[in-house]
Amino acid sequence: MTNDLIHATAAELAAKIHSGEISSVEVTQAHLDRIAETDGKVNAFLHVDTEGALAQARKVDEDVKAGKVVSPLAGVPLALKDVMTTEGVPTTVGSKILEGWLPPYDATVTRKLKEAGVVILGKTNMDEFAMGSSTENSAYGPTHNPWDLERIPGGSGGGSSAALAAHQAPLAIGTDTGGSIRQPGAVTGTVGVKPTYGGVSRYGLVAFSSSLDQAGPCARTVLDAALLHEIIAGYDEMDSTSINAPVPPVVAAAREGQNGDLSGLRVGVVTQFSGEGYQQGVLRSFEAAVSQLKELGAEIADVSCPSFDYALPAYYLIAPSECSSNLARFDAMRYGLRVGDDGTRSTEEVMSLTREAGFGPEVKRRIMIGTYALSSGYYDAYYGSAQKVRTLITQDFAKAFENFDVLISPTTPTTAFKIGERANDPMAMYKADLCTIPANLAGTPAMSVPSGLSDEDGMPVGLQIMAPALQDHRMYASPRRTRPRVAGLGVRRCEHQEGQGLPRPRRRRGGSRGRVLGLQGRP
Amino acid sequence: MTSLAELMDYDEVIEKYDPVLGLEVHVELHTNTKMFCGCANEFGGEPNTNTCPTCLGLPGSLPVVNGKAVESAIRIGLALNCEIAEWCRFARKNYFYPDMPKNFQTSQYDEPIAFNGWLDVTLDDGEIIRVEIERAHMEEDTGKSLHVGGATGRIHGAEHSLLDYNRAGVPLIEIVTKMIPGTGKRAPEVARAYVTALRDLLKALDVSDVRMDQGSLRCDANVSLSPKTTGALGTRTETKNVNSLRSVERAVRFEMTRQAAVLESGGSVTQETRHFDESSGSTSPGRKKETAEDYRYFPEPDLVPIAPSREWVEELRGTLPELPWERRARIQKEWNLTDEVLRDLVNANALDLIIATVEAGAKPDEARSWWVSYLAQQANSKGVELPDLAITPAQVARVIELVNSGTLTNKLAREVVNGVLEGEGSADDVIEKRGLKVVSDDSALEKAVDEALAAQPDVAQKIRDGKVQAAGAIVGAVMKATKGQADAARVREIVLARCS
Repeated sequence: MTNDLIHATAAELAAKIHSGEISSVEVTQAHLDRIAETDGKVNAFLHVDTEGALAQARKVDEDVKAGKVVSPLAGVPLALKDVMTTEGVPTTVGSKILEGWLPPYDATVTRKLKEAGVVILGKTNMDEFAMGSSTENSAYGPTHNPWDLERIPGGSGGGSSAALAAHQAPLAIGTDTGGSIRQPGAVTGTVGVKPTYGGVSRYGLVAFSSSLDQAGPCARTVLDAALLHEIIAGYDEMDSTSINAPVPPVVAAAREGQNGDLSGLRVGVVTQFSGEGYQQGVLRSFEAAVSQLKELGAEIADVSCPSFDYALPAYYLIAPSECSSNLARFDAMRYGLRVGDDGTRSTEEVMSLTREAGFGPEVKRRIMIGTYALSSGYYDAYYGSAQKVRTLITQDFAKAFENFDVLISPTTPTTAFKIGERANDPMAMYKADLCTIPANLAGTPAMSVPSGLSDEDGMPVGLQIMAPALQDHRMYASPRRTRPRVAGLGVRRCEHQEGQGLPRPRRRRGGSRGRVLGLQGRP
Repeated sequence: MTSLAELMDYDEVIEKYDPVLGLEVHVELHTNTKMFCGCANEFGGEPNTNTCPTCLGLPGSLPVVNGKAVESAIRIGLALNCEIAEWCRFARKNYFYPDMPKNFQTSQYDEPIAFNGWLDVTLDDGEIIRVEIERAHMEEDTGKSLHVGGATGRIHGAEHSLLDYNRAGVPLIEIVTKMIPGTGKRAPEVARAYVTALRDLLKALDVSDVRMDQGSLRCDANVSLSPKTTGALGTRTETKNVNSLRSVERAVRFEMTRQAAVLESGGSVTQETRHFDESSGSTSPGRKKETAEDYRYFPEPDLVPIAPSREWVEELRGTLPELPWERRARIQKEWNLTDEVLRDLVNANALDLIIATVEAGAKPDEARSWWVSYLAQQANSKGVELPDLAITPAQVARVIELVNSGTLTNKLAREVVNGVLEGEGSADDVIEKRGLKVVSDDSALEKAVDEALAAQPDVAQKIRDGKVQAAGAIVGAVMKATKGQADAARVREIVLARCS
């Protein structure tokens, strides 16, 4: 029973809970048990809110019994990235500097989840302040990839992706500044979506880089991601950058897409994302995906987006610049860590000692880069130039979307690397986000879906699908039969994989039912 | 502390140097809510009660622009004859200070909402100087620090500091003038007159409380001296903590004499922020910074650009009230006042009070007479400005009405006014409490007249003989007997009737 519950999709669980076949409390407890059983090895959670989760589950069960109409995912458990504030529940953003802080308010995403009856199991591990691609930068120890515990689960949202892969939760929330939803999704064989910038409110999302940060859904199937997308998306008057437009019809698109017909869909393969630095197994998996898309009727052609070559350097000026300002508030005065306040030191000294002790090396590196890039005399050369590149990238996207409905690429150049492998080589680490960054700079939506396993190391590979702003549904599938777009793309791929046991590692790996590979060591 | 020896005689300063002014005024808008959140915008209040995640800068919080504040900014810009930006943004001004919750101030930088304007300023002698406005931009106020344990109340030597974030995020408009050269010896006066004119303008627009004592209007005075010999621009200082109109004038004058002395002794003026001390009338350097402050401005990514439509701007132009100088011109014409009289009324801070008294029902001449004579004397003897007297124009209008209706004599009216000034309530309250009504009961007056006539039979006889002027003595006696509460004219009528 427990195995069925933790392996079911969110949609399946919701249907059974709402029909009264099973209770949300049972489902929640099964996932809490799974966390207790496996998280010692995975370290996906920084905080498990057992009481809060069960209370919410009981409430949903009562509502179902009372015959109340509940929202589509009511009663289904979810893992929330620790970057979203939760009233009265610890929110550390993976940093020592916020250890022990209990936010007095809920993020808009948190509030919407609660209102929808979604059961928040706890808060997931992440690279400190979402800065990283491996979750190794968490102040609370790295998260391990359930496929192979010696490998990274991606980052910054490695906790959320690992929780999905380890079947600790069927749903998770991530945030994506340069790929922090998609790259973890790719390396753990799960689905991760970065919606259009402004599609999901940032209120209560502890900022890393305000103009790039975007929260989004993570799941094991495209339909589950779509269901979650619709719950968290929508205009929020508390976020000035939130888009006042209807939420793209992603659930309808995902359901429509299940027919699998891609006739007439124009798919552009971004030529910049190939070649040197790309793992052969990743490229072969990508080629296989392209062939499959063709078989399904998609029209595929190469498209060149030359300014994408400058995305990574532009990103590493804009994001640090914004973070140097966003993180200035962590100064020991009002909340969080305070170091050296022994009555002999000045305010400046206490601020300085606290920031020295509270921030990890990667956070400090980025604060310093950003402070430098914004300095008078350097602003135009660095921040100013980076913003110009950003405009060029947006133009490249616009031009490409004149001829293509969606663009595709590998999500990340390699499969999950070994923990510690890139720890001392920031440039190698930064390259993990090579393919994902352009969509953040342009504010356009992008998604990573599993595209199979690399034949070299047996680790999951992700396929990235990119769409124009506010056309998020194109990635899920076309809602119009007459002119299918990404119809079935994500879903088919995902379900196709599931049919072969993906992303359920246990079957693919020939393990016994319920055994998550990696937790017991690789065969 | 600067000693007198370090100051140059003012006339000598003017002989050798041309002062150049630049004035930055911060105005707190009196919107209901703060600039970027829904917290109440109120002066005072228990510390840290008007706060929320946004104005406390809690992790994850975001700003949302107060539309009413933008509207006020545009109206101020229009009243200052500025151009209104078609598109502008907020920026972040980054620096660490405990009273600033985010350690950056959300402000406008190179894209102000209003720019290139002017304000005509009338000096005491009626001369009009046009002050050019560089810009008016929106920003948020900081919280307040209270430094405890030091001798000065400033951060130097304090044992600890208390922080109140009620003010954090209150909407501010910063109005910056272009350089104001060529004012010569009148520079201090020009500075005061500019701030006064700006205060009156903002009051008329009803956008701010404009209380310098409460910090809702704050002025930073930039002063530099240009040697007459070379004409080269000098190094400027910026004096803060200038909390009254008089202080604006004193601070500028002090800086001129101090800078001239520095230059005269062969030194050079340090570009720095200085602090004005109300009690000594002098300025002293702010804390020395080891390095030049670099605020690392960049566009605020949490806010979207502001693009006020031209239709909206024109609509707001239509809401501008009669501005102080327009009002003065109209009143001068309507009341037929000479330039000189008008100027005196303005300088005495009496014009607005007189206008308000007239609006409350009095005739212009009556209202003027009260404010420039009796009330001006009272203000003078109490050592306060006329507008700070504890009587409202409406109360003055009521007193005038009572005099006109015969309820009060002029003498009684002054007593009533005294009562109001003493805080005894309204004019009617004072009359009630002090029993100051004119005795208008004829039988009572007749009785008093008869008694007076009986007491002075020789005078009575003279009146009967036709010497009408002798009636004065009887009237005087009756007035004395009624303690001044009789209407002398009526008493006179009764006396004459009794003796006819």
